[in-house]
Amino acid sequence: MSLYAAITYTHDVDWTAPEQAEEMGEYAAFGQAAAAIMRGGAALFPTATATTVRAEGKGGEVVVSDGPYAETKEVLTGFFLLECTDLDHAIQVAATIPAAWNGAVEVRPVIPMG
Amino acid sequence: MPGSDAELAELVRESGRDVLATLVRQVGDLELAQDAVQDAVVRALETWARDGVPPSPVAWLRVTARRRAIDLLRQARSRGAREERAVAEDPELRGGWTDDLDPGALQDDLLRLLFTCCHPSLAPAGQVALALRTLCGLTEAEIARALLSTPDAVAKRLVRTRRKIKVAGIPYVVPPDHELPDRWEGVLTTVHLVFNEGYAATSGSDLTRPALVAEAVRLARLLVALQPDDAAALGLLALMLLQDSRHAARLDDDGRAVLLADQDRSLWDTALIHEGVDLVGAALRRSGDRPHRFVVQAALAACHALAPRWEDTDWAAIVSWYDLLLVVDPSPVVALNRAVAIGELAGPAPALALLDQVAGLDGYAYWHASRAVVLRRLGREVEAAAADRRAAALPVSEPVRRILDPD
Repeated sequence: MSLYAAITYTHDVDWTAPEQAEEMGEYAAFGQAAAAIMRGGAALFPTATATTVRAEGKGGEVVVSDGPYAETKEVLTGFFLLECTDLDHAIQVAATIPAAWNGAVEVRPVIPMG
Repeated sequence: MPGSDAELAELVRESGRDVLATLVRQVGDLELAQDAVQDAVVRALETWARDGVPPSPVAWLRVTARRRAIDLLRQARSRGAREERAVAEDPELRGGWTDDLDPGALQDDLLRLLFTCCHPSLAPAGQVALALRTLCGLTEAEIARALLSTPDAVAKRLVRTRRKIKVAGIPYVVPPDHELPDRWEGVLTTVHLVFNEGYAATSGSDLTRPALVAEAVRLARLLVALQPDDAAALGLLALMLLQDSRHAARLDDDGRAVLLADQDRSLWDTALIHEGVDLVGAALRRSGDRPHRFVVQAALAACHALAPRWEDTDWAAIVSWYDLLLVVDPSPVVALNRAVAIGELAGPAPALALLDQVAGLDGYAYWHASRAVVLRRLGREVEAAAADRRAAALPVSEPVRRILDPD
């Protein structure tokens, strides 16, 4: 078994808005179906709430700017950590995340630590 | 018993490829298995040249490669738990050697390796390079020649591809039935590319590279055995057999390519033609209104294969197959080939009109060469000579160039 991050890229949604209730329901259903292999995850507030931070070298001056790191049409809106047997298993699960049909899901292996 | 160094190298290459497929399953690590087989191959070339070829060369290589793999695993054990698991989980590795060759098990191993190489999460160029390296046993330099790249770039691409397989956890399995349809096209395409590298080598001094052709045919047979009623796989195998049936007639005594019209058809391999034509029939019976492109291409190859002489070619049938191919797999090259067939059916004037309608082939030698042929038939010698010169200036494999530019 290996840990995979399933990172969702969709249009810039506010998951907390009432009109997202139906889609949040779909996510809840996914969460239940994948409960056995779910090891974590998070849904993110929209990019309007994002702050990008850079430092001018280690310990140097901190430069803070408004908005996401990259301006793109589909943005990072959340991620799940899934424990899967192999990449085919991870692809199969990722295809059931609502973002797969509302945007795209990027599957990346997680480096084992410790 | 192989005598020359070249025969010995070929035997080692062919055996090493089968040994690799099995060893990958046993150790679950393509990179490590490849290193182990490579070391075994080097030892084989040294030892066999000195002491002679052992009675069972494949078993010798398999045992040597497995011993080497275990050495490498032991060295790696101190570096991480993953390798240790690979030894522990494989009872075969703990239980000693099994030297009997089971052809069925070997076929399964080759299929697993083929599907791993063709995983859709790998970049297409990486898929082909890896298939040529692992399934066909080509060196990095040979792959570089086949893919018009440099050995350095090929080496980097192979490292990236193998790393992705390992780190992303691409499984070493034949996909279950419900996933096969999604994976099938990619595997067929890669096998076809391997065949094309052997059959129509885009560069290099040998027009046909028989080993690659044989390898592609072997892989296609495995796919047909896996899905005996799949029209696309039947069509691909038929296409490759029918094209390969002409191999003895494709070069003259001086190594020049011979055009289909001028080939000595008594040199064509009738056994391959019979098998290919039967397979085309089987594929067409399993096809609907829109046959797979390989089935249509195989039907075209069958039309040529069944004509006793060039003059007997059924050009009306060929044009109608090209009409269908333009529907199921439209491309400028298909339009070019259809225009050439129209030239045989209806004369050079309509062919020239069609050729000039095809856009995007200015960098393609055959387009200029085909224009030269029809211009000459129309008596427009100056334009024909100009088209010939354009064709000769563009990249093609060496023997074909000698037709275009006989001096």
